[in-house]
Amino acid sequence: MESNELNSPDYEIPPELQAQVAITSLDKIYNWGRSASVWPLMFGLACCAIEMICAAASRFDIARFGMEIMRPSPRQSDLMIISGTVTKKMIPIIVRLYNQMPEPKYVLAMGACASGGGPFKEGYNVVSGVDKFIPVDVYVPGCPPTPQALLNGLMKIQEKIKGESIKTARWYQKGPDMAEIPVPMLGPDLIDPRKITLIQNGKKN
Amino acid sequence: MATPVATPAPAQTLDLPARFPGVLNPDTRPGYSGWILDNANLLKFATALRDELGYDYLSSVTAVDYLPEGKMEVVYHVYKTTGGAGVVFKIQVPRADPMEVPSLVSIYPGAELQEREAWDLFGIKFTGHPDLRRILMWEGFAGHPMRKDWHEPYFEEEAKPLKSRWPDGRMIMAESKNLFGDNISYPDGFNPESQTFDPEKALYEALRSYQKDEVGLDTDHIIVNMGPQHPSTHGVFRVAVVLDGEKIVNLKPVMGYLHRNHEKIGERNTFIMNMPYTDRLDYLSSMSNNFGYALAVEKLMNVKPTERAEYIRVMMAEMTRIASHLMAIGALLNDLGAYFTPMLYALEERELLLDIFEAVSGSRMMCNYFRFGGVARDLPEGTLQKIKGLFFERLPRKIEEIDRFLSENEIIRSRGIGQGVLTAEDAIKYSAAGPLLRASGIPYDVRRAEPYSIYDRFEFDVVVRTNGDIYDRLMVRFDEIRQSIRIVQQAVKQLPNGPVMALKPMYQVRVPPGEAYGRVEGPKGELGFYVISNGKPTPWRYHVRAPSFINLTAFGPICIGQKLADVVAVLGSIDIVLGEVDR
Amino acid sequence: MSDMVGKGILKSLSVSLKRFAETYLDDLSWLGKRYRTDKGIAHRGSKDARGIFTVQYPEEKIPVPEEFRFVPFLVYDEGPNGEKTLRCTSCGICAKVCPPQCIWIVRSTDPATGRPIPDPAKFTIDADLCMNCGLCAEFCPFDAIKMDHDYELASFTRNVYDETKLSKSAKYYESIRPVNARREDAARAAKAASRTGQGE
Repeated sequence: MESNELNSPDYEIPPELQAQVAITSLDKIYNWGRSASVWPLMFGLACCAIEMICAAASRFDIARFGMEIMRPSPRQSDLMIISGTVTKKMIPIIVRLYNQMPEPKYVLAMGACASGGGPFKEGYNVVSGVDKFIPVDVYVPGCPPTPQALLNGLMKIQEKIKGESIKTARWYQKGPDMAEIPVPMLGPDLIDPRKITLIQNGKKN
Repeated sequence: MATPVATPAPAQTLDLPARFPGVLNPDTRPGYSGWILDNANLLKFATALRDELGYDYLSSVTAVDYLPEGKMEVVYHVYKTTGGAGVVFKIQVPRADPMEVPSLVSIYPGAELQEREAWDLFGIKFTGHPDLRRILMWEGFAGHPMRKDWHEPYFEEEAKPLKSRWPDGRMIMAESKNLFGDNISYPDGFNPESQTFDPEKALYEALRSYQKDEVGLDTDHIIVNMGPQHPSTHGVFRVAVVLDGEKIVNLKPVMGYLHRNHEKIGERNTFIMNMPYTDRLDYLSSMSNNFGYALAVEKLMNVKPTERAEYIRVMMAEMTRIASHLMAIGALLNDLGAYFTPMLYALEERELLLDIFEAVSGSRMMCNYFRFGGVARDLPEGTLQKIKGLFFERLPRKIEEIDRFLSENEIIRSRGIGQGVLTAEDAIKYSAAGPLLRASGIPYDVRRAEPYSIYDRFEFDVVVRTNGDIYDRLMVRFDEIRQSIRIVQQAVKQLPNGPVMALKPMYQVRVPPGEAYGRVEGPKGELGFYVISNGKPTPWRYHVRAPSFINLTAFGPICIGQKLADVVAVLGSIDIVLGEVDR
Repeated sequence: MSDMVGKGILKSLSVSLKRFAETYLDDLSWLGKRYRTDKGIAHRGSKDARGIFTVQYPEEKIPVPEEFRFVPFLVYDEGPNGEKTLRCTSCGICAKVCPPQCIWIVRSTDPATGRPIPDPAKFTIDADLCMNCGLCAEFCPFDAIKMDHDYELASFTRNVYDETKLSKSAKYYESIRPVNARREDAARAAKAASRTGQGE
């Protein structure tokens, strides 16, 4: 964020003080700090992961966005880039990783597969988009999105972060913590625990 | 260096029937070749083939479901590592459960993973297989999905194009038609709460079956899982190891986390539709994948690409090899702990190659550039100039720079030399391919062993190193990059003018019935496409012999006895791409 | 390797050092014109690139080549009064050749006769199915569907595009793919000429 943007609270600063003080709203500085240090989870799924690596490499260099610190552990990361086809065999692990990430956390669905199943949607082992299980913040279309398209998506994440406020952020609200997403199980097919009653009744209808 | 085999004799002139009287029946279906034999003779025949005739390399094992004829077929392709054409033989079993075929693992251990795949996807039991578990799907999955009468939840029609797209044109998302809103279905009367089985149980049972070392202290052995989310597994690959202290006593690769049903989808696609799908197999080398598939279908169609197209194809395939090897070198160094610097250096050069792919084909990675009978479009203006600049000026210099950067480094040498050794004998036994095979001292390269396209016109050496360790695999890749640069330089100089397509571009090609096995030397090794056409617009069978997948057969044997820390290095030196392992 | 241990590492480091020095030397040699200029961007993607390799998106963008393909779009021709007519005739070849089957076309019917007329009533592309393979554009006989160059499509919702979102003008098409557009225009004109020639 440019300094003039940061240094603009919603009320007027007397002209003689403008050079001496920097007044900002708490939200602005909080979101500025957060949006410039989004640490992604080091986690590649498929073809898009290679473009993600390229985005981290010297030509595109996501370090310029403060995002180069890819953490292999979900406990230390803020952003999950779903970079590739989500399969039924993999989704329990993805949900578990998502649950392990601390708030605030964001999810970017990179490419067609992660967004909506992609070209492999019809396959028997493919989940039709990761948003069937975990909430997605930004969708980046493309197969695969070029690194620049991914950077564009990451800027959308930053945009989203900048639009949030401490007052309303869900991770500072009173009450119970956000419920964990139940981890799907593998049976004769993928079993979503949220749909157990539907599965029990489904066939009889 | 390998001696190129002069005009290899076709397998049929071996007079196999005379050699094995009463055992072999020629496959007389139109467009087919090879031999059909019985269950009872399989082991005897295979042993003789390997030991007496020298067909020591099992390239591919796969199954075909002939639903209308009520039978299943298992198809084997074997070759000699000295070069030449191969032998194809088939086993037919009636299509009724249980279908049993003797396992070839005792003769060709390279069949291990491939037979597991055939069991998983087709439900063919290989009797005598040491570890017959599901491989791509999980234990407990309902049904064997590659069978022609098995349909996925989103199933609409047997073949594309789907009527719902045109002329019907109802825009309905597939999930909104499904009861559960996702790609799932269950057997009748299934109750998830009564499910008791554990999909992981079979794996842990298999892990526990190893020879315990009776000498010395009796220590507890622990099981460690690496992956599928692990920074050094090159994607969603999982390794389960049993450790005695830090020493590995047993190791099983666990895969299928990226199994996206290439073959099932491929059998619904029309022939041309499969071309962009092949890009997504080994997504680091899409041009090579295009090449293999185009070769297989062109064999069926009996089409020859134009001269200019052949040269462009070879150039693109070799550039792909360089791009893929650069990635492999970078990733291996990452795994060895040289965190990201070599990767950055390698990726810079790769980016410049990707720029050329982008200019030529329109996409950096998913090129979809080859067509049956040629390539999609001619090189755009200025591209040849760019290729020349890169291959005559920049790359030779930069490869030497990366080589100087890495190959004498003591850390790399001590991590690499003598570690993760695969002997020449084992490499053949486990059907290892590509740099993995050649680093073990076997000068086997499909470009020389059974030249395809126009590779017989170029001067290049088959790279070979003899120690079979991690360091040699790294060095083989460097040498191969140098040879590829040589080939591209020659191709650029000889590139003729002319059309780039032998046929009129058609969105639906006519492919006569028959079978074809097109194989190319991909960056990861021998990449084969086994395609069966029955004259319809879609292939009846579309199978990929994926080198990354089959190279993993040797992964366990290499690692056993090594330290845990070497697992990532060995895996990095094998260089797998998960899109190809799991397909 | 009988000589000094550590020599190899020093050799490695010398490569790094050389590259480190190059970043500054190359920057200096450009006299401040290396960044945010087309020439500077082209230099960083050329065979002579050395030093800093980064193209600083979003301020700088790597120019995409003519053949670059992203999600498809529909081309419309603009009439003299600004009316837009899609080139698409809803023949369905794109839907038939699309590998992931992400194109849905509803054909228009003539209200009087009930017969289909060559104009799509609805044209939907599910960009989250599309694999950007370009086969639709390659086989379209009317040059009506083309692959876009715009990759900055990230959004907060899923991407299913209808005909309004997909339509882009022929001028835009010419601007992103000048060589192709010129060739296709010439081919179409020749075809039209031969047709009128036969008709007379």
